[in-house]
Order: sequence, then structure tokens, then C-alpha cells
Amino acid sequence: MTATAPLSDTLADVAASDASLRAFLHGLPGVDQVGADARAAALRTRSIKTTAKAFAIDLAIRMVDLTTLEGADTPGKVRNLCAKARRPDPTDPTCPPVAAICVYPSMVATTAAELAGTGIHVASVATAFPSGQAPLSVKLEDTRAAVAAGADEIDMVINRGAFLAGRYREVYDEIVAVKQACGDAHLKVILETGELATYDNVRRASWLAMLAGADFIKTSTGKVQPAATPPVTLIMLEAVRDFFAMTGRRVGVKPAGGIRTSKDAISYLVIVNETVGDAWLDPRWFRFGASTLLNDLLLQRQKLASGAYSGPDYVTLD
Amino acid sequence: MAVFDYAPAPESRSIVDIQPTYGLFINGEFTDPRSGECRKTVNPANEEVLAEVAEADASDVDVAVRAARQAYETVWGPMRGSDRAKYLFRIARIIQERSRELAVLESIDNGKPIKESRDVDLPLVAAHFFYYAGWADKLAYAGFGPDPKPLGVAGQVIPWNFPLLMLAWKIAPALAAGNTVVLKPAETTPLTALHFAQICQQADLPPGVVNIVTGGGATGAALVAHPDVDKVAFTGSTEVGRQIARTVAGTRKRLTLELGGKAANIVFDDAPLDQAVEGIVNGIFFNQGHVCCAGSRLLVQESIADELLERLKRRMATLRVGDPLDKNTDIGAINSAAQLEKIRALSAAGEAEGAQRWSPPCELPARGFWFAPTLFTGVSQTHRIAREEIFGPVLSVLTFRTPAEAVEKANNTPYGLSAGIWTEKGSRILAIADQLRAGVVWANTFNKFDPTSPFGGYKESGYGREGGRHGLEAYLAR
Amino acid sequence: MRGDVQRAPENPRRVAVRKTYKLYIGGSFPRSESGRSYPVTSAAGEFLANAAWASRKDVRDAVRAARAAFPGWSRATAYNRGQILYRIAEMLEGRRAQFADEVRAAEGVKRPVAEQLVDAAIDRWVWYAGWSDKIAQVYGAANPVAGPYFNLTTPEPTGVVGIVAPAESALLGLVSVLAPVIVTGNTAVVLASEERPLPAITLAEVLATSDLPPGVVNLLTGRVAETVPWLASHLDVNALDLTGVTDAALAVEAEATAATNLKRVLRPPTEPMDWLADPGLTRLTAFLEAKTVWHPKGT
Repeated sequence: MTATAPLSDTLADVAASDASLRAFLHGLPGVDQVGADARAAALRTRSIKTTAKAFAIDLAIRMVDLTTLEGADTPGKVRNLCAKARRPDPTDPTCPPVAAICVYPSMVATTAAELAGTGIHVASVATAFPSGQAPLSVKLEDTRAAVAAGADEIDMVINRGAFLAGRYREVYDEIVAVKQACGDAHLKVILETGELATYDNVRRASWLAMLAGADFIKTSTGKVQPAATPPVTLIMLEAVRDFFAMTGRRVGVKPAGGIRTSKDAISYLVIVNETVGDAWLDPRWFRFGASTLLNDLLLQRQKLASGAYSGPDYVTLD
Repeated sequence: MAVFDYAPAPESRSIVDIQPTYGLFINGEFTDPRSGECRKTVNPANEEVLAEVAEADASDVDVAVRAARQAYETVWGPMRGSDRAKYLFRIARIIQERSRELAVLESIDNGKPIKESRDVDLPLVAAHFFYYAGWADKLAYAGFGPDPKPLGVAGQVIPWNFPLLMLAWKIAPALAAGNTVVLKPAETTPLTALHFAQICQQADLPPGVVNIVTGGGATGAALVAHPDVDKVAFTGSTEVGRQIARTVAGTRKRLTLELGGKAANIVFDDAPLDQAVEGIVNGIFFNQGHVCCAGSRLLVQESIADELLERLKRRMATLRVGDPLDKNTDIGAINSAAQLEKIRALSAAGEAEGAQRWSPPCELPARGFWFAPTLFTGVSQTHRIAREEIFGPVLSVLTFRTPAEAVEKANNTPYGLSAGIWTEKGSRILAIADQLRAGVVWANTFNKFDPTSPFGGYKESGYGREGGRHGLEAYLAR
Repeated sequence: MRGDVQRAPENPRRVAVRKTYKLYIGGSFPRSESGRSYPVTSAAGEFLANAAWASRKDVRDAVRAARAAFPGWSRATAYNRGQILYRIAEMLEGRRAQFADEVRAAEGVKRPVAEQLVDAAIDRWVWYAGWSDKIAQVYGAANPVAGPYFNLTTPEPTGVVGIVAPAESALLGLVSVLAPVIVTGNTAVVLASEERPLPAITLAEVLATSDLPPGVVNLLTGRVAETVPWLASHLDVNALDLTGVTDAALAVEAEATAATNLKRVLRPPTEPMDWLADPGLTRLTAFLEAKTVWHPKGT
């Protein structure tokens, strides 16, 4: 992986068929599971204090895709969340806003209206989220509808059944089609790493998604356990690093689901820092898919500012 | 200026109480050395004097050996195994309770990062005592006969690279088997051994079972040569190991030696690359490379050498060198001025012999003993940096074409302590492991230790094994 | 003095707070779902307490709890299991006086003998704790097969073990049958001595407040003749230790029933047990499976 080959060359060779995709993906270096777990655990021992902690907390807040994906979502609930997105801490105007609000397509119009002019992105899940078990035409219509309603980011799910059955070309083609349906919206591809089960599969799915044009690769829907984990995120970051070295194209990473505390978020930022470095320490290239995380970040932020432990009465429940 | 700067995260020093002076620990008490001589011990990170420690001479050693003999004959030797076990369990427990304090002390006296002394050294120290405590009342099942007997008094000399861990590796099996000990810690790192002596007091260990005599080479020589020592155990340089082997020749003394190494870390073209990079880094930069089993020779298959080196250099650039008490430090101080000089000299030789030297940009503190992590490429088998143990954060990189060549080069050394194999192919791991003349082989990992796992070398890396059931053998009569 | 363990000895005028003795299942102390209890008397015949009288449904619940606990416990490192067992020994030591009282009342021995038995029980527990990270080295092997293969035998715990605790040795005997089963990673359903169950329940209190995960040990008191057949026939129990079955016919029937799913069975001793003697390895290895793996060695 030395010289950067033209993007089109790489795609042409590799994606020509199931067989060539398979040869490429299975030719990537394997992942030793114990070693990957150990590296992630070692990075978790980094001690991030004082000014570094303050920086990390603010950066993490700016990276949050504040999410609500429930059958019971209503415009009222979504409006509340948008208000929180703009002003997360009612007691402190210096607190930065989050990166995006992430909702179901039916809630996009409300969200777009609330966030107009704020710079906060409108992200929508699509493609029969979370299972993806629907005809392609339905998934593409889902995508187009969300974009038309005002989403500028689309979070799609890959076809895990096809992936696990080795039908890589099918997975690839679906991503390409959804990317087209996105128009100008940026595309996050959810791998659902909990269902992929092995780290080798996570590496292969990451590459597959990037080859197909993903702007971001995302760990999980948050509806399946396990969701995001540090080792899985580490492997995805290594993949985007190597992809960038090979093609010159930068792809973002979004761990989602199960990230609840500031300590978790900060340890993910450490993994980003020591795996891919400065360029990805930016909401343009790294996001957290979370809901309860934000309040813990705010509590920690308050503690750093005041010196005392804060409590649930001092953050809003939305 | 990095986007994400880690602020200082210092571990507090106040948890440990370092006395201004320490005596010798003989027969359950701290006493002054007969000569009144003492030696300063220094913090290698900043050259601050930490304490003055007694210097034992031959007469002090004699007093200690007598105390050990007395304790062996009258108390420890006759004691039931289950009672010995309970003393060892107590010691293990107290070590766990005082773990943080001991880790801080170790980092201050040795120079290693607190992250390592806290997360690696101390847990292993406690685990070693727990493991051997459990053997004390089960010796009949250890495979050395139905009623194996101890040897008597063990004289033990340990190095400065893992001071408390090497003490645990020596004392735990010796005591479990029913022997008493006189142990000499390294002259630059006596403090955790002396605090261990305090722990023996807290555990109410009978006087004379453990004796700690601090001092330099002469103290060690006196201990090894003492006629009433039944068993000698030494970890240190091959050079000194040879001298000891000559000294005990013709005597009744049993001897085990754990000496130097120049381990090959072999990376095949189908290695899990990112984890291999971690393994290489761990192999040579863990503990500043002050590790007898360090993976100091990287043998990389030629077809992936360029790619691997690029990844390795990128990874080395994230290593943090600095204050051992900062929790984010990866690489601490070199243990002494003498060792630093050796590392510098061999590195200079590397350049002189034509290898290409590389280090990531690295700000080293002004005071103290420091060396940046360093890589040499274009190294040949004949280069000094491929043959001699540097014992520092310096990696020599060589290439190979076929598995057979890798094995040949890996074995082409008088040493034989350890080796690493990186490949996704299981059968290859087992075939190569079979052919490597090394006492410890790590596959897709490195520098992994466990009290249940025997450790020791082939050839000039020494003889005898420490850890596991095999670790009892050296302390039992044949 | 009467053999009443529940007077506060320092102050005979004080009315004691008496203890209730319940079952121990899944880390909690339920009463029997049948609502039954039975009176437990001292060796001298005095009333001590009402103990829960376990039913087949309690057996069923206990087996379920033991099964649920098995994956976690068997996958813990040997070091971790040893640490947990060792700490239990520390807690037993802390309750030495209480156990001595209970053993004295249950077995009718004098206090110094009771103390000796309690000490032996604690030391026995410590002995077994130290086996956790050694049994594989003694019972496993690298086998030198005649071919280019790496061949390794490792012992693994068999699963859920049903144990009938010794009828007479209320604490030392109990410890001697229980510790070897769990130290290697098995989980247990124990039927306590029918006549002398109280020290077993106090042991369960120690286990409940230790780091032992809930369900690793489950303890039932009651009529052994009623509960053993349910344990013997349960298809999710992997092994059966019939040590405490004093009725020979009952033991034979249990062993025959156990054959339905080929449980590993340890028969009752044919001679009276000397619980103070060196136990050897039998109780450790009886509940271990040996797994042998072959792997070619080739580049």
C-alpha cells in the first residue's frame, strides 16, 4: 500500500465480480482477535485529565449524532430533541451543539424545519432500517423519501444475509444504488458488526462498503447486541486508514449503540487519535451514534467547570 | 502541535514512604551492615538520590546464610506444607493490598512506566506467590516423587529489569518447596525488595526464612561462593552466569541460570499485520527493551518487509517517552548511566557497520537517562547489533525468504531464550515452534507471562525453568 | 449448658435473635416452593431450627440456576476461580466460632473437636483453592503421537454436578465434596445432610456474600430420599456424587436412573470415610472431561 492508485482503477479491478471481490476481501491481512482486543484494552488505560479531558468532552459533544429511533417517536418528541441539539446545556451557553439529529424518515421533515439554519445535520436512517429485509426498490424509495424531506445524511444498513452467504457483489451493488439515491446527501453504511460476528468480517465489510462509495462506515443500528465496541471500532479505523493510503479518499467512522459514558467516548477518541491521527478528530470524519451519552458528557463538563460532581437534576431529559 | 494533546496525568508519589536509609534484612529484622558501608540508589528519570542502602560484605552474607540455615533446620524445613502455604498466601494478599504503593516505588527506583509496573509487574508478582502457595501442600502430586524434599538454603541473585517480579520468581517456588533464602537484589534497584522484607514482617513470616542482603557484585559473589548455600539461582547477564557456573563447579550446589537473549520475532507474509506491529513494538519497547526475552531481532519475510516497516514506523511515532510516573508514558528511563552508555555504544556500532538507523521525533528530558526508540534496517547476521544483546529500545531488522531460512537465522545465535512467530496459519506456527531452539515461543503474541507457564532458555541463555510445575524442580532434591 | 446455639453465651438473660434456615438457589435464599419445613435437632435431640424441606420443583429451579451459571464460571480463568475460592476461605475463617458452635450441636462433639473439624474444613477449602491453576498441569498432557501432529489433552469441567453431601460430617465432609467440584469450573446442586443441614446453610451464607457468582453453588435441605431421584433423573445434570446416600438400595436406584443420560456417577464409599485424610485427586478428576485436540505441524 504505497502509491495511491486512481480510485477508478481500484474499483474496476476489484468489483468486477463476486469472485474478484472475494479474492480481494479475503486477501486482506487477517485480524488476530486476541491481539486486537489487547490493543483496544491498552488504549483504554490512557489517562485523560484536566485540559485534555475538557478538550475531549467538547469534541465528543460536537461529534454526537443525537438519536431517537423508536416506534413511539412523534413530532413533539423530535422537536424537543432538536432543541437539545442546539443548546445541550441550558445552564451554559459555551457548550457546543451536537453534529446531527438522527431519526426515522417519517420524522425528517419536522427535524429539518427545526434545525434550519443551525448547521446541525439532519441524518435519517433508511433502507428498511434496522433489518434491511425488504426489496431493493422499497429500500431505495425509503432513501429518496428521506432525502426529499430534507435529510442531508443517510444511514443505511447492509444486507447482512447476503454478506454472510458470500454474495459480496450483491451487497456492493446495493450500496452503490443507495449512494446514487442519496444525491448530495452523505451516506453512512451500517455494517451491523454484532451480526458479522468475526473481526475478519468487520474488516472485509468495511472495505466492501468503502469500495462501493460509503462516506462513512458505521458499526451498528443499536438494535442488536453487541453494538459498538472498542476493538471493532479499532478495526474499522485501521481499514479507513489503509483505504486512505491506497486511494487518497477519506472515509469517516461512526460507532453507535452502547456508548453511554464520557469515559467510553473519550477512550474512543484515544483510539482515533492513536490509530488514524489528527485528521479524523473532527465531526466531519468521526461521529458517535448515541442518546444517553450526551447527558453524561454534560455532567462531566459541569464537573470540570465547577470542581464538584453534578447530578441528573442539572441536565435535561428529552 | 497535535490536535489531541494528553495533559500530564501523574500518579501520586505520596502513596509510598521511602526511608532515607535501609539496613540489611536478616533474621526478621533490619540491621546495619558490619562495615557500615552503604550505596546510594537513584531515580533514573531525574538522577535524584532516593535512599542510602546498606552494602553487605562477606561477613554480612555469612550472618544471613546462618540465619537461613537455622530457620531451615528448626522452623521452615519441618513445617507442614499447608502451613507454609498459608504464609505464602498471606504474603500474596499483602502484595495485592499494597500493589499501588509497590508499583510506584518500582517505577521510581527502576525507571519503568507506572502503566507497566501497575498493570504488568505487580499483578504477576502477586499471582506468582498465589500460584506457588498452592503447591506447598501438594508437592507429592508435582511429578517429582511421592515425598520430594527441599534442598536447604538457596542463594539468589536477581537483576534490575523487573526487580520485584524477579524476586517473586525466585522466592515463591523456593519457599513453597520448603527452602529458606538469602536474596541479593540488583544494586541499582533495591527498594522494592526492602519493602518486600517489610511485607514478610507484616505476614509474621518466621525470622530467617527470607533474608535480603543488598550490595553490588562482590556481595553476589560472596553469596554464590558461600559453602553453606545448597542452591544458587541467578538471573542476569550471560557473562556473570558463566562465572557463577565456574564458581560452583565441583561443589554440591545446584544451579539454575536465566541469562541473556537475542530473540527473533519472525513475521511471515500472511501475518495479521496490525497485530504483528503491536507484537513487534511490545517485543522490543516494553520495559525500555530491558528484557532478556525481548524480540530484539525482527525477521520479516522479504515480500512484505516494506509495508511492515512503514506501518511499524508510523506506530513507533505514537510512542510516548517520558516521566515514568505519568500514566500515559509508554517508554520510561534507562535504568542507569552505565546501561545507557552500552546502548549508545552498540547503536553507534550499528551505524558504523552500515545499518540504517531511524527513530521517531522524540523530546527527551534533560536530566536522567534516556534513549529514543530506535530501528535499524539493512542489518546482516554478522552485524554486532544482530548478535549482541543491547538490552535497550533498539530493534534490528533482517529479512528472510522462506520458512526454513527464517528458522536457520533465528537459531543462528549462542542464545536461545525466546522467539516469536507471526502467521495466520496454525500448522506453520506449530511446525516452526517445533524447530526453534528457544525455551519460550510466542505465536501471534509476545512478552506474555504467567506463573503457570515455565520460562527459561536453551544454550547460553541459561538452564532451568521458572514458573509452572517445572519451576519446582530446581528447588527439590533429586 | 444446653446445646442451644442460639443463646447469646455472654448474656444468658438476653433473648437471642434466632436464625431461619432457607434454601440457597441462584444466589438468593428462598423458602421451598412447597412451603414445607422440617425440624432439625441436635445430636442430643434438642430442637435447633426448622429447615426448608425442598421439593422436586426446588430441585428443578436449582438445576436451572446451576446451568445458567456454568458458562461464566467454566470460562473464568483458573486464577480467578482460585482467588474467589481463597477469599471464601478467608470468610470461613472469620466465622470459625459460629461454625464450631453449629458443628458441635449437629455432631454432638466437644468444642475442641468441633474446632478441629472446622479448622480442617477451612484448610481443606484452601487446599482445593490451590488446585485451580494446577490440575491442568497434572491431569493434562501433550501426547507424543507417532506423526507430525501437535496433540494436546486438556481437562474441562463436565457441567452441572448433583452432590449428596455426607450425612454425618456436617461441614468437613460437605467442603470435601463441594470444593473439588467447583474449583475446576463445574456448578453444583447440593443436597445437604438431612439430619445435620445447618452448617451447610451457614456455608451458603458465606458463599452468597463472597465473589462466587450466583448459581455456581445451590444448596437444598430436606429429605434426601425424596430429592435424590429427581436429581438422578434430571437430563440437564451431567454428573452425580452419591457420597451421602446411606441407603444402599436408594444409591443403586439413583445410579441406574442416572444412566438415562449417562451421568458420570461417583458411588457412595463402601467404608466409613476418614475426612481428615489426604483426599487425593479422585474428586477433582471424577468431574472432568479430557479433551484431546490434534493439529498438524507443517509450513
